[in-house]
Amino acid sequence: MAENSVPRRVALKVLGATLGAGVFAQALAPLKQFTEGMSLQGFLQKHYKELSPRELREVLRRLEEETEQRYGAEVTIRDLRPTPGVQFAYALNLSVCIGCRRCVEACHHENNHDRASHNSYIRVLEMEQGSLDLERGDANYDHAVPAPGKFYLPVQCQQCENPPCVRVCPVEATWQESDGIVVVDYNWCIGCRYCEAACPYHARRFNWRAPEVPAREINPDQAYLSNRIRPQGVMEKCTFCLHRTREGRMPACLEACPTGARVFGNVLDPSSEIRWVLEHKRVFVLKEELGTRPRFFYFFDE
Amino acid sequence: MARGLQTDAAVVRPETPRWTLALGAWLLGCAPGAPRNGDGAVHDASARFPVVVHRPPSLSSIEVDSDAGRVAIPCENCHSLFRENPPALPARVEELRGPHAGMRFAHGAVPCASCHERTDATRLHLATGEVLPMTEAMSLCRQCHGPQARDYDHGSHGGMRGYWDRSRGPRARNHCVDCHDPHAPHFPRFQPMPPPRDTAWLRSAPHG
Repeated sequence: MAENSVPRRVALKVLGATLGAGVFAQALAPLKQFTEGMSLQGFLQKHYKELSPRELREVLRRLEEETEQRYGAEVTIRDLRPTPGVQFAYALNLSVCIGCRRCVEACHHENNHDRASHNSYIRVLEMEQGSLDLERGDANYDHAVPAPGKFYLPVQCQQCENPPCVRVCPVEATWQESDGIVVVDYNWCIGCRYCEAACPYHARRFNWRAPEVPAREINPDQAYLSNRIRPQGVMEKCTFCLHRTREGRMPACLEACPTGARVFGNVLDPSSEIRWVLEHKRVFVLKEELGTRPRFFYFFDE
Repeated sequence: MARGLQTDAAVVRPETPRWTLALGAWLLGCAPGAPRNGDGAVHDASARFPVVVHRPPSLSSIEVDSDAGRVAIPCENCHSLFRENPPALPARVEELRGPHAGMRFAHGAVPCASCHERTDATRLHLATGEVLPMTEAMSLCRQCHGPQARDYDHGSHGGMRGYWDRSRGPRARNHCVDCHDPHAPHFPRFQPMPPPRDTAWLRSAPHG
C-alpha cells in the first residue's frame, strides 16, 4: 500500500459519514417542509378552549393573514359559538333523493376542499332497493340517475350524541359542542387518524396535502371550527356548515338539494320542520345497534 | 298553456289561503309550539321573516318541430295575443295542432279540461269549478297530490334556500313547476355530478 494514499478504513469512514449525512438530511426534509407551512405562533398556539378572547382574536387575524399570503385570497375567519336553546338535527328523505350528488358538490365548494382530490364531506351510496346493507352501497356510480331498482343514501357526519371519534382522540382535539356539532381544532390535531378509524360512517377525512384551491374559488365566509382552509396532516369533517347554521342559515348541502330531500333545524323548537319530520315520519338512523345515537335521521315516504 | 305568467324572480304570497290560515292559527296560539324566545308572549307575526315561493318564469318546455329544429318558446309569446279571444281547449290531445303538436303529455290519464278552463286554456280551475289564474297552479296540484303538498308544507319536499331560523331571515321555496313539467311531471333521468376521486383505487380492488 502506497504511503501517501488514504487508508481504506478512512475512505470508508468518510464515505459512510457522507452517505449518512445525506440520508439524514433527506429524512428530515419533510419536517422542513412541514415547518415552512406553520408559523412559530401557530406551533405554540393553545387549545381552542383555552384561548382568551384576546388571544382568539389574534389567532383569527393571523390565520386570515396566512390565508392571504398562501392562497392570495382575502377571507374572514370568525369564531361562532353555539346558541343556547338550539340543538341541530338533520333528516333526509330517501324516497325523494335521486342521487344527483349536488350536495356533494356544494360541500366541496362551500368548505374549501382540495380541488385535486375533489374532496367532500358527503358520500352518496347507490343502494339496492330493499336493502340497507351499507357494505353493498356503491359510492362510485357514474350513470344516469335515478337508476331503476336503486335508491340513494347520502352519508356524512351523523353528529352522534355518543361520538366514538371524540372518545378515541388522544389529545382532545375534537369534541361535541352544546348544539350537537362535533368539531375539530385543526391547529391542535396531531393527525393520528384514530378518529377516522373509530367512525362507523366513514365521515372523517385526512388532509394528506395542504388543500389547493384557486384564490377566486375560495369561499371567504369562514369560521375557525368549520371551513377555514385546513393545514396539511390534520383531520376534518362535516360541521353542519356551522359558519352558516349558527347564523340561522341552512347548510350548503340542503340549499343545493333540488328535490328537497333534506330537512334541517332546531330540534328543540316544536314548530320546526325537523320536529314535524321526527314526529310524523318513520325515521331511522344508520347502524343504530352501535349506540352512537346519531342526530342525522333517514326516512322513506310511506 | 303558460306555466306562469310573471317574470318576477320571486314574490311573497301572503294571499295564499293556507298560509294565512296557518298564520291565524299561530297568532291565536293554536299552533303546536311555544313562542320561540320563551318570554311567554304571543309574538307579532312580523317577527318572523316570510317564506317566499319562487314564481317561475314563463314556460319554455314546449318544444316545437320547426325547420330549424326543436325550439323552446315561452307560452306567453303567443298567448298574450289572444287575451280578448282566448283559445278554447280541443276535445282530445291528439287534436292539438300548430306549435302544440310536438308537446309531450305524460300526466296519468288526466284530460286537458281537468286542469284547464274549457273556454280559455290560459286559465285553470279547481275541482270545485273555481277559476284560478296560472300563478295559483300550486293550489291545483294540491287537490290530487295531497301527501306531496303536506310534505311541502312541512319542508320535506321541494327544496328551500335561506334561513332555518325565520326570526333571523327569510326563506325561498320552489314552485311545483320549477321541477315538474305539469304536462309530463315525472322528472327525467340525468347524469349526476362526478363520483369521488379519493376512492378511485377501490374500484379496481378485488372486493365484494
